Amino acid sequence: MNRRPTPEPFLWMLFSSGGMVAALMVPILLFLFGIAFPLDLLSAPSQAHLYAVLHNWITRLVLFGLCVLALFHWAHRFRYTLYEGLQLRKYAVPIVAFCYGGAVVGSVIAAALLVTV
Amino acid sequence: MSVYQRPVHLFWWLERRSYVLFVLRELSSVFIAWFVVFLLLLINAVSDGEASYQKFLDWSGQWWVIAINIIAMLFVLLHAVTWFALAPRAMVIKVRGRRLPPRHVVAAHYLAWLVLTAIVAWVVLK
Repeated sequence: MNRRPTPEPFLWMLFSSGGMVAALMVPILLFLFGIAFPLDLLSAPSQAHLYAVLHNWITRLVLFGLCVLALFHWAHRFRYTLYEGLQLRKYAVPIVAFCYGGAVVGSVIAAALLVTV
Repeated sequence: MSVYQRPVHLFWWLERRSYVLFVLRELSSVFIAWFVVFLLLLINAVSDGEASYQKFLDWSGQWWVIAINIIAMLFVLLHAVTWFALAPRAMVIKVRGRRLPPRHVVAAHYLAWLVLTAIVAWVVLK
């Protein structure tokens, strides 16, 4: 039997934690910054306040975790959307490179932005 | 050895409502990725200073950005609801040897969601 270790369980774990974090945190953040403030349902906070919030290392750690896990959630799920939804399994190699590569690049950008706040 | 593969047409998922829902749920990940990009633009603007933040607010107030975010919101909510609904099947929690009823697991997720939503709203709006 082939018992070669594969990265699949690890990727699935990232997918699953990302799905959980996204379900718990994204709705409120997207509602506030994507809908409520732009439509003036609520008044947008000042830059000074958000800067202070962002300066707290707990906020930065949480946002970094959210970005990384959400990106790997996207990578894993979108990979299978392309495999099954668009029947592109024969292009598995470029799809894997694009999805997880994109997640890695996004994570590095997130880290760079959050470190230099 | 060649294995027979039943030909599947590209739009197989339009055949049934449950398949359509499955594909919509899968597509929610694209909008989660969009949200990360949106969030990183916000973080960049806030750390850049007053002027950049104002530019971000103007940009996010354009009709097409609001439209994308409203569509994204619907997909993210679809993701959250279906994710919480599946949680009891993914995790079997036993308390004193007895399996916790699935609806308790779902309820716990909604409770966690409520608490985190309140904390985020409080931190952003206070």
